[in-house]
Amino acid sequence: MQPSAHAFAANASAALADPNLQDSLAKLKVGFSERRRQAAERLPEFEQLRDRARDIKNHTLAHLDFYLEEFERKVLALGGHVHWAPTAADARRIIGELCRSVGARTVAKSKSMVAEEIALNEHLEAMGVSPIETDLGEYIIQLRNEPPSHIIAPAVHLTKDQVADTFLEHHRALGFTKRLTERNDLVAEARYVLRQKFLDADVGLTGANFLVAETGSSMLVTNEGNADLSNTLPRMHIVLASIEKVIPTLEDAAVLLRVLARSATGQESSAYTTLNTGPRRPEDPDGPEQYHVVLLDNGRSSVLGTEMQDMLRCIRCGACMNHCPVYGAIGGHAYGWVYPGPIGAVLTPQLLGVEEAANLPNASTFCGRCESVCPVRIPLPKLMRHWREREFERHLTPRGVRRGLAAWAWLAQRPRLYRWMTGFANRLLALFGRAEGRYRSLPLAGGWTRFRDFPAPEPGGTFHARWARQGGARTRP
Amino acid sequence: MVAGVPSSVSAPRRVALFVTCLVDMFRPSVGFAAIKLLEDAGCIVEVPPVQVCCGQPAYNSGDRRTARTIAAQVIDAFDGYEAVVAPSGSCGGMLIHHYPGLFEDDPSMRARAESLASRSHELTSFLVDVLGVRTVSARHAGTVTYHDSCSGLRELGVKEQPRELLRHIDGLTLSEMRAPEVCCGFGGTFCVKYPDISDAMVREKATDIAASGAGTLLAGDLGCLMNMAGKLQREGSAVKVRHVAEILAGMDDQPAIGEPPGTTR
Ligand code: SF4
Repeated sequence: MQPSAHAFAANASAALADPNLQDSLAKLKVGFSERRRQAAERLPEFEQLRDRARDIKNHTLAHLDFYLEEFERKVLALGGHVHWAPTAADARRIIGELCRSVGARTVAKSKSMVAEEIALNEHLEAMGVSPIETDLGEYIIQLRNEPPSHIIAPAVHLTKDQVADTFLEHHRALGFTKRLTERNDLVAEARYVLRQKFLDADVGLTGANFLVAETGSSMLVTNEGNADLSNTLPRMHIVLASIEKVIPTLEDAAVLLRVLARSATGQESSAYTTLNTGPRRPEDPDGPEQYHVVLLDNGRSSVLGTEMQDMLRCIRCGACMNHCPVYGAIGGHAYGWVYPGPIGAVLTPQLLGVEEAANLPNASTFCGRCESVCPVRIPLPKLMRHWREREFERHLTPRGVRRGLAAWAWLAQRPRLYRWMTGFANRLLALFGRAEGRYRSLPLAGGWTRFRDFPAPEPGGTFHARWARQGGARTRP
Repeated sequence: MVAGVPSSVSAPRRVALFVTCLVDMFRPSVGFAAIKLLEDAGCIVEVPPVQVCCGQPAYNSGDRRTARTIAAQVIDAFDGYEAVVAPSGSCGGMLIHHYPGLFEDDPSMRARAESLASRSHELTSFLVDVLGVRTVSARHAGTVTYHDSCSGLRELGVKEQPRELLRHIDGLTLSEMRAPEVCCGFGGTFCVKYPDISDAMVREKATDIAASGAGTLLAGDLGCLMNMAGKLQREGSAVKVRHVAEILAGMDDQPAIGEPPGTTR
């Protein structure tokens, strides 16, 4: 997908003015966070599990080369193949060649943000291969030709009515001419349409929630079971996963699964958890003839060992965006790329560069709610601040902001002058704001007064002026 | 702990007030309220004169070097005090959580930053957790609602302390709003850099405040309070907005934030 992170401010304004989107977001904000809260309350050891989840990921990242090679060895022993893709282009090429090798015309896809990251669909289409999204949400946005707006609920920005219209428009040709209004009917219709596509697909392509080094398995969780159909029916199964998805053992997976579903949707566990371990064996009744794993780096290894490494712990649960008040106000599309919300604000500058994505880490109040819910305790505000520092060092911060900061810093280091200046400003603001106690508009503070009044200082001078006047008397004024 | 002060001292007595830059400039009475509360609890309060600001504007804008310079100035200013108290979770969070990290490559400054961090407190948590205060002498007839400002809540665990003190005030009823822990959209420079997103956030807050039925909104951070007061007043709301210290110190007879002089409740 074409990134538009640089246009964040304009994207956000458009999102704020979109009534359908605002409707959908209102429900999301209450729904997800309430369910997570209840799920956490039901599990007394939830906080300890989060610590373990963090430790597992940290341990793996510290020995990533070891576990990746271990994983590769196991996959090869099972008769599968592993392909290393340093860049997005490499991954696209590898997958394209694999599809071509079996003469694929359609690819059934399930659960892969990484496929979005490398713009796989566009690549396949250009090759004459049709990618078909089988996750209901992904399917809906594919019909609408939109990018996902959330990492676990890609169509969360749409209302039911919008989905009904989309289905009517696209399913008419298949003989569905009735505009549906009930959620269940919509799901049933999509299921009917998708069933045939599963049967037609030559290649099944899935992402992975985890890659288990111990067994060479890829692990997928879904609530629709679509992954299972994508990877058992076609002749070839391709797993596309980024390198940080590897974990040491099945036991580790069990810990991570426990925090994943609870953080994401408030479920104890997702409805379907599937382990794929190699191609079908002679005694298996079904399964793919070929099993390929494409391991994507795309800039991730360069984060290892740096102060930004923590971002690689992410297990893509979506909790940070579900709890982010900024995401809640503007939705995911405003972030202008695959990963929205707080984790997007941290990943996107890494993957696309600070030049493209400098806005994202700045669009945060640092309220810290994301960090407080992240199952693997990623210090998201800290990482966003790191980006702001990189940006400042490289002089990408807007000139006005830099100058303002420099002037303020100069003054702040001269307390006497600072006192004099603030005393002056205080008296001026108090004087002119006296009648109303506040300002309806204020020069230089247009960003504030467009939406809010600006409180005038209380009369009587600054604190320090009054304190000095009283000779530091320890009494009320 | 400061050198020479035995760790068995249970309630620090000589306390330095960190007057935040917003309190200094816009709401001095918050500083005086804090002094009264601390003195009533038996402390001797001093106000080191060279303090200016905690450095957050630079720190959160990515200007680490300036943040360090200002942090060093604050560390100097508060050297030797048994306790440093700020009527703000955000500035308190800065001193306690972020200062030490600013001096990673400078062991002696880092040690001083850690010393300051260990002596610094947000006002209500200092009163309740350190001094063991439960009741204050104030009275307030009316219903209030309390907004949990982000840094105080998530960096310092300030949640129950202000409520504990409020509950003991004669005549006061606390009516919780929906989602008091969700950010009000202030975020320092965020509110001017992304005014329309900030507006969407504070609008929702204003709706929740109105729905609580409270006549007064309280919080522990002046930035958030000015943001919410400004929005409430723009919408024509009659809800009064005050720093929690004002109510606790019985200073609710003066005009609320954004009210003209001469107005009383
Ligand atoms: S950063 Fe944390 S909360 Fe956000 S998606 Fe990743 S694991 Fe989930």
